[in-house]
Amino acid sequence: MIDAVSAVLILLGLGFYLAGSIGLLRLPDLYSRLHALTKADNLGLGLLSAGLALLSQDLFTAAKLLLIWLAARYAPARERAAAAG
Amino acid sequence: MPELLAVAALTLMFSLFLGLLRVLRGPGPGDRMLAAQLIGTSGVGMLLLLGVLLGQPALIDVALILALLAAVAAAAFTGQPREENDD
Repeated sequence: MIDAVSAVLILLGLGFYLAGSIGLLRLPDLYSRLHALTKADNLGLGLLSAGLALLSQDLFTAAKLLLIWLAARYAPARERAAAAG
Repeated sequence: MPELLAVAALTLMFSLFLGLLRVLRGPGPGDRMLAAQLIGTSGVGMLLLLGVLLGQPALIDVALILALLAAVAAAAFTGQPREENDD
């Protein structure tokens, strides 16, 4: 049961990764590419690490996965702030 | 489950390849930096998957370092003064 939920989360995350990469490649200008990239960063990595956290053995590993997601979210937020300002 | 994780890691490698194509095409430094961010995020995801797949918990720490370095790279890029504004 937990395996199935985790597999669904990982597959959803992969979908967002692929959509973000294809958007980064095909969208016309910098801002729309940034929009595509944030989908891959936030949702792709978020869903992937949520799926892997369900697979992990202890709470510490799951907390570390959450921390990695928060750290990865920080980078495009900086870039978006700079692009807007 | 191991098969799914392996296929997922391969898919992330394909996503990283698409990011490299954007680095090749440019056109501006901002676009290349966005592609570098995508490569960093794909690398983090790949390391997490491989850490679970190979049973190596240390790879999760490597992924954490890579995510922090990507954040530092973005901060360094956005902190430098702009030379021209081509938007």
